[in-house]
Amino acid sequence: MAFRHLLGIADLSAEDAVRILDTAQSLEGERKAVSLRGKTVVNLFFEASTRTRTSFEIAGKRLSADVINVSSSGSSVTKGETLLDTTRNLDAMHADVVVVRHSSSGAPHFVAKHTRGAVVNAGDGTHEHPTQALLDAYTIRKHKGRIAGLTVAIVGDIAHSHVARSNAHLLNKLGAHVRWCAPATLLPARAAEMGVQICTSLDQALDGADVIMMLRVQRERLVDVLIPSTREYSRTFGLSLKALARAPKDAIVMHPGPMNRGVEIDDAVADGPCSVILEQVETGVLVRMAVLQMVAS
Amino acid sequence: MSVLFRDVRLLDPATSRDERVDVLIERGKIARAGVGAGQGLVHGAPGTDGEPLQVIEGNGRWLCPGFVDLHAHLREPGEEHKEDVQSGLLAAVAGGFVDVCVMPNTKPVNDTRAITEMLVGRAKDIGLARLHPIGAITKGLEGKELTEVSDLREAGARALSDDGHCVTNSMVMRRALQYARTFDVPVIQHCEDHALTAGADMHEGAVSTRLGLRGWPREAEDVIVARDLVLAEGAGARYHVAHLSTRGAARMVEEGKQRGIRVTAEVTPHHLLLTDENVLGYDTACKVNPPLREAEDVAALRRALATGVIDAIATDHAPHALGDKHCEFSAARPGMIGLELCLAVLLDLVRKGEVPLFRLLSALTVGPAKIVGLDAPRVAEGARADLVLIDPDASWVIERATLRSKSTNTPFLGRTVQGAIDVTMVHGRIVHNRKTGKELP
Repeated sequence: MAFRHLLGIADLSAEDAVRILDTAQSLEGERKAVSLRGKTVVNLFFEASTRTRTSFEIAGKRLSADVINVSSSGSSVTKGETLLDTTRNLDAMHADVVVVRHSSSGAPHFVAKHTRGAVVNAGDGTHEHPTQALLDAYTIRKHKGRIAGLTVAIVGDIAHSHVARSNAHLLNKLGAHVRWCAPATLLPARAAEMGVQICTSLDQALDGADVIMMLRVQRERLVDVLIPSTREYSRTFGLSLKALARAPKDAIVMHPGPMNRGVEIDDAVADGPCSVILEQVETGVLVRMAVLQMVAS
Repeated sequence: MSVLFRDVRLLDPATSRDERVDVLIERGKIARAGVGAGQGLVHGAPGTDGEPLQVIEGNGRWLCPGFVDLHAHLREPGEEHKEDVQSGLLAAVAGGFVDVCVMPNTKPVNDTRAITEMLVGRAKDIGLARLHPIGAITKGLEGKELTEVSDLREAGARALSDDGHCVTNSMVMRRALQYARTFDVPVIQHCEDHALTAGADMHEGAVSTRLGLRGWPREAEDVIVARDLVLAEGAGARYHVAHLSTRGAARMVEEGKQRGIRVTAEVTPHHLLLTDENVLGYDTACKVNPPLREAEDVAALRRALATGVIDAIATDHAPHALGDKHCEFSAARPGMIGLELCLAVLLDLVRKGEVPLFRLLSALTVGPAKIVGLDAPRVAEGARADLVLIDPDASWVIERATLRSKSTNTPFLGRTVQGAIDVTMVHGRIVHNRKTGKELP
């Protein structure tokens, strides 16, 4: 085991990433393994993310772990407890794995420094969401048979997306060609230094793309003066059937959810034949089973 | 008290005098400074003024004027758990500082004569380094109404600043410059367009993108410096850029000086030594405001210091409690301590040949003193004996336990440095002695 925690893809080797994907594959169809019997997995969620939390919970239970959910509402966090104290308390209760979701980038790294258990990052601010990237890679590999050499277009609010960052790291490590596509206001500073090709038009991004990954555009971004309207965004960067027609026929369409239907993706695309969006959710459980098993052992 | 520094390397930035001499201190002043000035004088024997003489064998160590810090946060009143005037001044003299200007962002804010007088009085009672309050530009640092500048100045305020907050309203800033000009008080600006830095945690660049932290772009500093230079020129006022951090601001200050604008600037040790890459790993000790920039900024700042575009080195000593730093990055308070470590961390720049020794010493002494109107620091016969004795070769490790400050928030912990403040003397009195920890050689 080359990694104790899974805090991000940036520090994960390509070999370990592939090992996670292979382990996930070996777990297909598994409903009740015993590999984590007697282990305690704490889902420490400081921000709401029902899909990710549920996915980790099911993953832990399918491996027979005792899974406890701690969310910021209804815990001492709302009474002003610091992250340090929360972490120390969980550590005192001997949590074997702590799955952390936090709105502050780097919070899982902080938790990892102050607990003996293994920490899995379930999304930290605008930094990383490693298990999402791993489940995306798994889904891509399943459909395309490989990752190396593919062209993956990631379109949407890149600046505020931990999914875009983790995917750029992972897909690059696995030999894919990654494009980031958004208006300049939704791209982070010096985006090209992440090893991605920057596209400022959807046409450019979709040309020859094997995989199209759409990201959610939050309505708050209007207030931040990043886009003039969701209408204009949808017309220029939204994935409609018409836009999709410019991509290769066998391209697959992905979305980490939750979707803003009619903004970044049209119903006809989200529910159409190219969409693998629900498969991503299914795969998520497998990949998280693999990750929990690997960090807990 | 009479003190003889025997066989020291006298370094006087005001005159560029660099000579191995004896320096005799009597009645708070430098009585003699020259080759053989201490000949025949013996430790414990009555000195020329009859008082028992202390002899400090210099063995070629450096004797310079005491340092002046334009920018410290001593947290009193209001946050004495982080620092107070006593602990702050102890840290100051341990770092060779004899004059410390303190920022007004205390609780309550120093925007009145009462707080200013209280601070001056506290420092006088303590009797280590001298303390010079900086009054707020606007009441409550709110950027709206001007403070009573004449009253503040009479009470001892040497300059005005809303440090931590930028006076972003152009009308208020223009009036502040005009009004301060009336009383010849410099206005120190914390240059940050807050609209461009809302929620920002670090410098905006490739590292902030990688770490997913909200960026504080260079433009936020540069637009304020650009605007303020225009306003300062129009008002004919003395304008000072606090903790200058960008290559663009350095260029604009240089151009402003060439055009005859009365502009000065300071830089912190950390902006001269560290970059945004030091934040990697989410090291909250490296969270400062303005943020650590990039290698090209650091290079520009070093050049600006070396050429005199930057007038002063200021510590921006910002003590914080453990809990303020021992948390997730976005919740961490910005700032690091600096008074005790300033010279020790900076001497490396001299050894590497990036900044001439006299430029470094000037920026710690005559440069800042001039900005706030203090007597020019010098090592010369007849001058007040405010001195530091530096061992440039002493190698030591920066450790939590040996810091005098109440707070230990610095990324330099664990670093081995070369160069130490052995003795600090204020008005002829030894207020710090590294070797003994007491007021004795």
